[in-house]
Amino acid sequence: MSTWTSDVTAPRSTWFLRGVRAAFSLPGLILVSSFIGFAALAKDAGVTVAQAAFMTGTVWALPSMVVLVGAIASGAALPAAMFAVTLSAIRLMPMVMALAPEMRTGKTRRCVLYLLAHFVAVTSWVLAMERLKRVPPQMRTTYYAGLGGTLVTTNVVVVTVVYAVADALPSAVSAALLMLTPMYFLTSLWGSARERAGHVAMVLGLVLGPVFHIVLPQIDLLVAGLIGGTVAHGLQLWRRKVRAA
Amino acid sequence: MFILVAGFAATDIWRFLGVYLGGKLSEDSDLLVLVRTMATALVAAVIGNLIVFPGGALAHTSLGLRVGAAALGFVAYLVSGKRMVVGIATAEFLLLAGLYLNF
Repeated sequence: MSTWTSDVTAPRSTWFLRGVRAAFSLPGLILVSSFIGFAALAKDAGVTVAQAAFMTGTVWALPSMVVLVGAIASGAALPAAMFAVTLSAIRLMPMVMALAPEMRTGKTRRCVLYLLAHFVAVTSWVLAMERLKRVPPQMRTTYYAGLGGTLVTTNVVVVTVVYAVADALPSAVSAALLMLTPMYFLTSLWGSARERAGHVAMVLGLVLGPVFHIVLPQIDLLVAGLIGGTVAHGLQLWRRKVRAA
Repeated sequence: MFILVAGFAATDIWRFLGVYLGGKLSEDSDLLVLVRTMATALVAAVIGNLIVFPGGALAHTSLGLRVGAAALGFVAYLVSGKRMVVGIATAEFLLLAGLYLNF
């Protein structure tokens, strides 16, 4: 991770450490709690500790990881699992699109941006969009490397440790841990939806998910996503047309 | 391991596309909004399933308790001015209180 910071100068390392420190904040803490929930979920689904830790480092998007774990647990075929994960990760693209210009200067190498893009997930994105403005432009990639790298590393450790001790916990605590992930998603997803259609899509998805889980258990998430998203978007277009008319 | 590589590729392709397209495509284009609402609905479906059809120790709690705790937690989140900690803490507190009272 430090190969591209070989030209370390004092101020650059300072900005890196400031990025590291930004990871230890309230959003960072909430993220850790949701990864605690994920570790409990993964163990429950029969995913090994190595797989769970590997997933945390490589996929690094909690919703996609939960989709992946669910697919593994329900024995879905690889193409179906991959398609669902792909769909759940689409929202990363507009997030990166918004963040990349913030970090790019004339001298920024593209490969650095591609490398840093891997760290983009809800928490690091929210923190970065809020704090990068106060970082000098040529130090922003360094700052984000410190922030994103710390979040990923910390949570890989958290997942490993929680997985190891999960069996020793009383059942009420386990139940509470498993409740963390949906509550984290419920609140962060609502907060990050930019348009009203996002909120409509969310409510539709909440209802359609369990419904299709009964009707079409193999492809429930995909169908709920496609139908819920299309209806929400259609409603917005229709409302716009009504207003224009 | 194969499926993990699939998971990795399936997520990072969008991050790379994001860097590639950064600035080229308008964030408010209709196609992107549609893609976003679909992704949102899919993740919401994940949430719904985690609450209605949970696994492990959470599966031994009653559906009413889980839905009630989540719903009231969400209301607390909204009322508190979208503070995630408040929403999460409220839901967890209600869940544990419900378990303690054998609800």
